[in-house]
Amino acid sequence: MRVPRCKGMRDLLPEDMAKFRHIEGLFRGCCLKQGYEEVRTPTLEYLHLFTATGTLTPGMLGRVYSFLDWDGWSGERVVLRPEGTIPAARLYLENLERNDMTKLFYVENTFTFEETGEENRERWQCGAELIGSSLPLADVELILLAFEVLEKLGIGAVEVKLSHAGLIKALMVELGLGPAEQTEIWDQILEGNVKALEEVKAGDADLQRALPILLDIKGSSPGFVENIRALLGKALPKLEPSLNNLATIAELLGAMECPYQIDIASGRGFEYYTGVMLQFYAAAQSVGGGGRYDDLIPLVGGAPVPASGFALYMDQLMDLFQIEERSPEQRILVGSEGGDVKGMKACLEAARFLNEAGYHAELDLGTKAVTGYRWILSLPKEGRFQLTDQSTGVKSEVASAAEVLEILGGSG
Amino acid sequence: MRLRLALPKGRLLAETAALLERTGLELLDYAEGSRSYRPRSAKFPELFLKVFQEKDIPIQVAIGNYDLGICGLDWVEELSVRYPSGDLVKVGALGYGKSDLYVVVSSHAGVTAVGEINDRFDTVRIVSEYQNLAETFALKMRLRRFKVLPIWGAAEVYPPESADVVIMAQTAIDEFAKQGLIPLARILASGAFLIANRNSLAKADMSKLITCLRPFEVEAEEAQPLPSVAGVKSKIALKNEKGVRLALPDGHQQRPTMEFLVKAGLNIGGYAEALETRRPTPELPDVSVKVIRPQDMPLQVANENFDLAITGEDWLKDHVYRFPSSPVEEILDLGFGWVTVVAVVSRDLPLDDTRGLSDLVKEGRLPTIRVASEYVNIADKYARDKHLERYKVIPTWGASEAFLPEDADLLIENTETGETLNRHNLKIIDTLFQSSACLIGNRNTLFQPSKKGRIEHIIKVMEKVAREKVSK
Repeated sequence: MRVPRCKGMRDLLPEDMAKFRHIEGLFRGCCLKQGYEEVRTPTLEYLHLFTATGTLTPGMLGRVYSFLDWDGWSGERVVLRPEGTIPAARLYLENLERNDMTKLFYVENTFTFEETGEENRERWQCGAELIGSSLPLADVELILLAFEVLEKLGIGAVEVKLSHAGLIKALMVELGLGPAEQTEIWDQILEGNVKALEEVKAGDADLQRALPILLDIKGSSPGFVENIRALLGKALPKLEPSLNNLATIAELLGAMECPYQIDIASGRGFEYYTGVMLQFYAAAQSVGGGGRYDDLIPLVGGAPVPASGFALYMDQLMDLFQIEERSPEQRILVGSEGGDVKGMKACLEAARFLNEAGYHAELDLGTKAVTGYRWILSLPKEGRFQLTDQSTGVKSEVASAAEVLEILGGSG
Repeated sequence: MRLRLALPKGRLLAETAALLERTGLELLDYAEGSRSYRPRSAKFPELFLKVFQEKDIPIQVAIGNYDLGICGLDWVEELSVRYPSGDLVKVGALGYGKSDLYVVVSSHAGVTAVGEINDRFDTVRIVSEYQNLAETFALKMRLRRFKVLPIWGAAEVYPPESADVVIMAQTAIDEFAKQGLIPLARILASGAFLIANRNSLAKADMSKLITCLRPFEVEAEEAQPLPSVAGVKSKIALKNEKGVRLALPDGHQQRPTMEFLVKAGLNIGGYAEALETRRPTPELPDVSVKVIRPQDMPLQVANENFDLAITGEDWLKDHVYRFPSSPVEEILDLGFGWVTVVAVVSRDLPLDDTRGLSDLVKEGRLPTIRVASEYVNIADKYARDKHLERYKVIPTWGASEAFLPEDADLLIENTETGETLNRHNLKIIDTLFQSSACLIGNRNTLFQPSKKGRIEHIIKVMEKVAREKVSK
C-alpha cells in the first residue's frame, strides 16, 4: 500500500531544491552584505503569542495549526509558526533587545491551513526585519534589498505596490467608525476586500469625494499624493503624517529609479502593520509582501521600538525561476570490472582524489544510464585504469588519478 | 439504497420519539430504557436506525455513516466550527429540546459584560463541554491569553475557583441565578435539529423521510432577555482558599464512593446515593468538596484546581497517555469499582486478535480500522503498540457498544461482567488492564506545608479502608 503525502503538502524534488538553494543563497548573500544577520525561530510557538489584537486576525487564527503539546494539560495551545515576523519580534525581545539597531533575516517555513489542499499549507519564505529605525530610509533600504534579490534572480520585471496602514487607519477614524468597526473593516481590507472601506457612507463631503480617488487610482509619482492632499479638505491634518511618509518613500524610490505604484487598495497582509505596506511583484505575479510595524514589539511585551520588514515567497519564486540544466560536462563515473577489494579500493581512492580536486566524480554502483557522464574511468580486471571521453569516444590508458587530472584539465 | 437515520438517546429521546410517533414511522424499540440501539420502523422496514449519544451524531452524519440525524444544534455547531468544510448540512429546527449556549461567569468574578473579560483575567481559564466553540469564542473576543479545559459535564460547578468563564448549555435561563452564575451572552440558540449528509442529499432520494420529519417550520421562539447583572448576589459562599480541595465523582461511582467515605469516617453532607448538590459539605474543617465527572478529574488535578480526587485508574491512564509528564499521580488504590478495559470486535468478524484486523486492511477488505472508544488516548496508544495498519480513533461519548459492527471495527471499552458485550454480539479479543477507583493528587502541590497535615490525614483514613478492601 502506497501512502501519499499529506494533503496540501509539497515534496521538494532535486530540481526544486536546486532552485531553493540558489534563491536562498542569493538572498543570504544580499542580506549579509548589508549587515543583516541570519536567525531561525523554532517551528513551535505558543498560540498566545499571536492572539492579542493587532497581531493575527481571528480569520487567520482560525487557520493556524494549533494543538496541545504532550505537556499541554494546562489547555494552552502551541502552533506551527503561521508567519515569520511575530516570532522574529519575540526572538528579538528574548535575546537581542539591548541592540539599538537589529537587522535580521531568515529562511523559514510557515504553516497555514488552506481549504482545498490545492495550495500549499506549508510555505517557505525569505524574510528580513529591520528593528530599531522609524526612518523612511529604512523602509526604502528594505524595498531595495528585495529588489536586488528579485532582479538578480532574473525572473521578469519587478515592481512594488505601496499602501499605507497609517493612512487607512486614520481614514477610518475620520469616517467616524468605532474601535470595533475599525478592527472589523481593517481585517476585511487585510484579506483583500478594500471595498469594505468604500462602502462606509460617512464622513464629510470632501472625504467622500476623495475616498474613491484614493482607493481606485494607482499613483506613480509623489504628485498623486499631492493631489489627494488637495482633495481632502478638513480631514487633511489627521491624514497628513501618513501622506507625508508615503510621499517621502515614493520620492526616494523615484530618485533610485525603483519602479513603484501607489495603490492604497493593494494593502493586505497583517493586522500589525502601522505604516507603509508593500506588495512585491515579478513578472506580474505576487512574490512578496511586507510593511512597517511600529506597534508590534510593544504588543508582544517590549518597549516602543519601531520596525519594518518584508518576506519573499519562496514557493512562487521557485515556480518563476528557471535553473540551467546540469550539464554532463566533466562528470566522471568511476568503476571497476572485477569485484575484488583491491579494485574497489582503487576506485574509491580515485573518486575521492577527483572529488578533492574539485571534480564531480561518482562511483559506478551498477548505473545503467551512463549518458549523464562525459567521462568513464574504469578499471579492468587486469591492468590499469582506462578513461573514456564519451563526447569523442577517445579512450586513454592512465597510470594514476593524477594523470586523469591532466587529461581533464587539457580537455577544457 | 437503504437509508440510515441516527437518533439521540438521553435528553432529546422522549420528544424525538413523540415526533416520530406523530409522523407515523411506527418505531419499535425507541423509548426510554429500551436496551436495543437499533430500533425498527414498521412503516419503513428498509430504514436503518441507530441510537447514539447526541454528541456522536453530527460526526456520524458528517462522515457519511448516516444519511440523516437528529441532535441538538449545539453539537452540530461544535463540530462545524472546527471542520467548516465538512459534509454536514443543517436541514431544519424541529421545535423542541431548546437549550441555548451561554457565556457564563461566576457572580463573584466582578465581570458584567463579555468585553470586560480580557481586562479582568491575565489568563482566562475557560471550561466547557464545547471546546471548539469555546476556542472560537476566545479568538473572536481577541482574548490575549486563554486556556480551554474540555470537560465531560458539570460545567456549572467550576467557577469561580476552577474556571473564569464557562461556555454551557441551559434550558431555562433563570437556572443560572440558582447556581451563582451570570450569563453574559447567548452565543447560540439551540434545540433539536435535523441534519443530513451532503452527499446523501445530493444522491439518495430521502424525500419520504424528510417529509415525515418536516414539522420544522416552527415559529422561532422569542429569545428571553438576559437577566440584569446588577445586584446579583451569589448564593454560593466561597470556600477557604487554603483548604484542601477534594473532587468526588458523580454517576456510577457515586454510591460506592459514598459508602467508602462513610467507612473511612469521612462524612460528607449532601453526597448521597443521588446527586443532591455539586457542592456537598464535609464534616472535616478546611476541606471543600465538589462533585464532578470522574473523566475530568486528572486534568483538573494537573491544573491544581483540586488537591485530591477520587476517579478511576482508567481515566488516570487516559490522561497520562496524552500528557506523559503530567504531575498527576495515583496515591491510593481504593479497591472498589473494578472494571476491566478490553479490546472488542463484532462476533461476526472471523478473527481473534488485532493482527486479524490488520490483515483485513492488508488484503484490501477494510480501508481503515475504525477504533471507537471513550478512552481516546488509551485506544490510540493501544493501536500504536499493536502496530495496527492504517487506523483512526473515533471518540465516543457513551453507548460505545452500539458502534460495532456498522460504525467501528474495534472497540476499547470497560466491562464489569462482559454481559453487555455479550448481549450486543461482541467478543473480547484482548484485555488491556484492570482498573479500580483510586485517589489521585498533584505531585507538585501535594505536600505544600499549608495543607500537608490535612492531606496526610485524609490519605491515612482512606488507606485503612482501602487495605481492607484490596485484601478481600
